Amino acid sequence: MSTNTLVNTPTLAQRARNIRRNALRMGEVQGQGYIAQALDISDVLAVAYFHAMRYRPEEPTWEDRDRFLLSNGHYAIALYAALIEAGIIPEAELETYGFDESRLPMSGMASYTPGMEMSGGSLGLGLSIAVGMGLGLKQKGSKSRVFTLFSDGELDEGSKWEAMMSAAHHKLDNLVAIIDVNNQQADGPSKQMMGFEPLVDKLEAFGWFVRRVDGNDIDAVVAAFDAASLHTEPQPRVIVADTLMGKGVPFLEQREKNHFIRVEAHEWKLALAELDAGDRS
Amino acid sequence: MKSAISTMPGKPKLTTSAMIASIAAEGQKTKPAPFGHALVELARSRPEVVGLTADLGKYTDLHIFAREFPERYYQMGMAEQLLYGAASGMAVEGFMPFATTYAVFASRRAYDFIHQTIAEEDRNVKIVCALPGLTSGYGPSHQAAEDLALFRAMPNMTVIDPCDAHEIEQIVPAIAAHHGPVYMRLLRGQVPLVLDEYNYQFKLGKASLIRDGREVLIISSGIMTMRALEAAKELAGDGVDAAVLHVPTIKPLDNEAILREAGKPGRLVVVAENHTVIGGLGEAVAALLMRSGVHPAFRQIALPDEFLAAGALPTLHDRYGISTAEVARQIKGWLR
Repeated sequence: MSTNTLVNTPTLAQRARNIRRNALRMGEVQGQGYIAQALDISDVLAVAYFHAMRYRPEEPTWEDRDRFLLSNGHYAIALYAALIEAGIIPEAELETYGFDESRLPMSGMASYTPGMEMSGGSLGLGLSIAVGMGLGLKQKGSKSRVFTLFSDGELDEGSKWEAMMSAAHHKLDNLVAIIDVNNQQADGPSKQMMGFEPLVDKLEAFGWFVRRVDGNDIDAVVAAFDAASLHTEPQPRVIVADTLMGKGVPFLEQREKNHFIRVEAHEWKLALAELDAGDRS
Repeated sequence: MKSAISTMPGKPKLTTSAMIASIAAEGQKTKPAPFGHALVELARSRPEVVGLTADLGKYTDLHIFAREFPERYYQMGMAEQLLYGAASGMAVEGFMPFATTYAVFASRRAYDFIHQTIAEEDRNVKIVCALPGLTSGYGPSHQAAEDLALFRAMPNMTVIDPCDAHEIEQIVPAIAAHHGPVYMRLLRGQVPLVLDEYNYQFKLGKASLIRDGREVLIISSGIMTMRALEAAKELAGDGVDAAVLHVPTIKPLDNEAILREAGKPGRLVVVAENHTVIGGLGEAVAALLMRSGVHPAFRQIALPDEFLAAGALPTLHDRYGISTAEVARQIKGWLR
């Protein structure tokens, strides 16, 4: 899709707001969901889908598209929200989120959803698949790129580091990884579960081109994606995005941090109202 | 054991717990690297065929392919989870990866990666693994006694256990013609040549009656078909007439052929497999017979449910009852 110069095109901030809205509406449908993660990653997804990536909404399997692999399958609610905003999934389908027979199950799976390119859920798989797709695209002589999003908790998985070594070894300059550092995994703060800092040093030592940014600062995220695109060395790229769980909904930003944040039934409307209020202010 | 080490000239060979040992008997007809050569042949007409390995190219005969198609060969390092995740990614991009390692590493270390990125997504990846069952004397680290049970339990997975070089050559194009994930047990190096003498043709999903007989029906897969055929000759010398039904495709099972043969009255049915007694061909056949109301006298020849010893393969095959002599001895005992 890349940049669009039409005057009425929504700004990236508006895109991010719409993605958050879609996610909150899906959360409300089920009364649950990994909503705090969806809110933290919406700015990154807005930049990925409305600034960085090439794709055709009406043709999700278009051969020349940039691929997007969601390794952290529990972020499916966030990716569905972005795919709806991108016109790949009809907005009306949002009402089916998580129900039987829906194309939008709670954990992302490749065979269910247009635009969902891998089955996540079991954490640590995405980067290995991305390496294979990167190799395959090069073998085909394709100019497409592979973007893959994973969480800081996935850094605990040894397979991630196998894939990191391999991506650099095979000089996969068509690979862009995005790590969501929200410092929250199932049992508590990620850095307390398994220390992964200094992350930039580690990734650089593994042979990657690294940009670390505030993942909720859209201009900074745009600059990081641009740097990844403009970089010319034959090496994989990674954007480390430090994000805030619940971003955009102040009472959720302040809620005690949990992997699976509790939202009471009456709070979904409040959350949407706060999001809209924040947008107006 | 052609590679047995002899330190004292003139003495008989010592036993050895070597990792790599030929399963060919002394003087047996063999063919080198049938998988590697068949893959090269396939790849000439199928540009989407690629080869991936995890530091075991030379030991899975994939080096033959690498030599011929270096630009289609991917060394993924000693990283089996990466190997199968990346193979899935290449399949997404339209390639047909043949991804090799040892059976223990695919089935045990990379199981979740194969389950999620290949089987669940129904990717066209061929998982080809050396040292299946008890074909290494190195100990449990390299003895994949449970690989068939693990892969049988995985939806979408086709599971194949070839007997010899002749069959491996035929399996390679057959699994390429089948779209979807396949687990194939691999015999590598100097591989016995047996089935060429029986005018045998592999068909995916089909069992094949290689030898008929009135008193015993041996249902077998993999190298145990070779052993069953040898044992049947031995039994014939003792006046026992044994049939051998070869079942190279463990999943999907050829129910029709198995029920047809096992349903013939008056024969002892023996399932022989190079695999633990749990969850392999034996239990698959037993369940099929029970479900279908076919109740012949039934016995299993299989590896015991225990961690196997290190040692020379002939020693271990005798100890665990899967050598030719032991197969014949057990069957004679059951018929008594």
